[in-house]
Amino acid sequence: MLAFSIRRTFQSLIVLLVVGLVAFSMFRFVGDPVDNMLGQERTDADVARLHQILGLDQPFPVQYMKFLQGAAQGNFGVSYRQGRPVGEIISERLPATLELAAVSAFLAIVFGFGLGVFTAIRRDGWAANTIMTLSLLGVSLPTFLIGILLIYLFSVELGWLPSFGRGDTVLLGGWRTGFLTESGLKAIILPSITLGLYQMTLIMRLVRSEMLEVLRQDYIRFARARGLSDRIVNFRHALKNTLIPVITVTGLQLGSIIAFAIITETVFQWPGVGLLFINSIQFVDIPIMAAYLMLISVMFVGINLIVDLLYFSIDPRLNVGKSGVSG
Amino acid sequence: MNFSFSRAWKSDFMWSFRKSPVAIISFFVALLLILSAVFAPLIAPHTPFDPGSLNLMNGFSKPGEPNAFTGESFLLGTDDQGRDVFSTILYGMRISLFVGFSAVTFAMILGVSLGLIAGYAGGWVGTIIMRVADVQLTFPGILVAMLIFGIAKGFTPIHLRDQMAIWVLILAIGLSEWVQFARVVRGATMVEKGKEYVQAAQLSGRKSMAIMLRHILPNVMGPVLVIATISLALAIIAEATLSFLGVGAPPTQPSLGTLIRIGQGFLFSGEWWIILFPSVTLLALALSVNLLGDWLRDVLNPRLR
Repeated sequence: MLAFSIRRTFQSLIVLLVVGLVAFSMFRFVGDPVDNMLGQERTDADVARLHQILGLDQPFPVQYMKFLQGAAQGNFGVSYRQGRPVGEIISERLPATLELAAVSAFLAIVFGFGLGVFTAIRRDGWAANTIMTLSLLGVSLPTFLIGILLIYLFSVELGWLPSFGRGDTVLLGGWRTGFLTESGLKAIILPSITLGLYQMTLIMRLVRSEMLEVLRQDYIRFARARGLSDRIVNFRHALKNTLIPVITVTGLQLGSIIAFAIITETVFQWPGVGLLFINSIQFVDIPIMAAYLMLISVMFVGINLIVDLLYFSIDPRLNVGKSGVSG
Repeated sequence: MNFSFSRAWKSDFMWSFRKSPVAIISFFVALLLILSAVFAPLIAPHTPFDPGSLNLMNGFSKPGEPNAFTGESFLLGTDDQGRDVFSTILYGMRISLFVGFSAVTFAMILGVSLGLIAGYAGGWVGTIIMRVADVQLTFPGILVAMLIFGIAKGFTPIHLRDQMAIWVLILAIGLSEWVQFARVVRGATMVEKGKEYVQAAQLSGRKSMAIMLRHILPNVMGPVLVIATISLALAIIAEATLSFLGVGAPPTQPSLGTLIRIGQGFLFSGEWWIILFPSVTLLALALSVNLLGDWLRDVLNPRLR
């Protein structure tokens, strides 16, 4: 177990180093940012001055060292477009994305599990069949179309919920939250449904298929033969054994929620890091792109690592097999 | 190879096709959409991107009703600049499908070659290829495509960016989807490598290249076909998503995603047709290709036979 953890952590570090190299190469080799920052009527002196300010006139190894040092401290230089430190811009916007992702993940897990168990237990009921058919649609609909559909229904036609932005926010010790105001809570409903729907259908279909698999096993039949109630058989015996693969996949899905937030944030003009990233691509704002790349890889690699380690600590069978082999 | 139509019609493959209404419907929907995109210049009543043929007075015509000023009538209405929505969809679908097919072809060639090399040669080359694949698989495809698009855009000179956008898009989506091909082909190649016909070919002195391309490749094409179909649906959606986000096809060459992006601006002012029809077309295209891929996977899966 220990050897596995160390090896796995080491692998994650290598992945992060590789991503760091990609991020740095973007800085070093992608175009000349000065082209974007200065207008048509620039002089050579302007260009040279800006090069010097941004440190673009220094040799490659010096720039690389500076990049590594800065990245380790969360410092990614100055945004080419906004002229402010990237770290500052991102930390301003991160709470919006994290709140959105948290609510979406909550919705996806609660409804995904609930509906998955429901459709597995009542597998031939009309309600379960309807849910399954709808979920097929949910998987094939692109996220942005779901968002537009929700905006059309609830903002344009019914006028119940806002179609863009976060509403009013409150600053709580450096964290700008939308959870404490009515308009903030209203504003998060549509984006979080849009973002969570796809993950919800995935979790639901997975829970259902795992549960059906388990319900077919002999020990379930035996439990029923012993005269245990349906509730105990379904929840104590069956659900527990479906949890392991479900936790793995759910964990990995949490990472993609943050990535897919880019699309939802654009549809709803949600002022988070995803929208920032899309704008930075449009304007080739390399420092922001690089910082976002590093941020999201740390999250992804971290989540993967935690899921892998959890996998071993949750499933006692794996643990016994592993220690038997290694020790 | 004595190929005959009646023999093909009686094959297992065609039999399961005729038995599956879902496959038949999605096949004909996909075929209809693809053909109408290919023959767009012949079908489209207007050329939407020729400024000379546009009349601003035709702007915001409702679908199927004559315009209040000019009396002209448009099947699916017009947008703010008087462009016929039906024609923009046909031309937009051309771009969506072109990007989709090119990206999948690119991903397939890259993934299959790397998969063959990793599976047949193995060694440190194989290890590196599969490590890169593993790392890339950690990140969702759409994110990888966005990053590659952003980086490639940075490399293109500013005055070429709009013209190159389509090619950059193909590169980005292709590079984000090669991993599936590589993994499957590598696995299949490692199985095939141990079989007697490969050993016979090796003993008879054929070169590795020839063995990979002439002997192993034809035997691993089944799963590749399935992945290619599903990848096509993914690529179409990825293209639409990127273009919708404004980091894909430029407004001068709008794909379905760009049209939906443009249409979103008119959602609140009541011009619903500008966004509805491109969205429905995109959905029909993605869904039919997806269902076709699902069906193909079930048919070609030996475990389900």
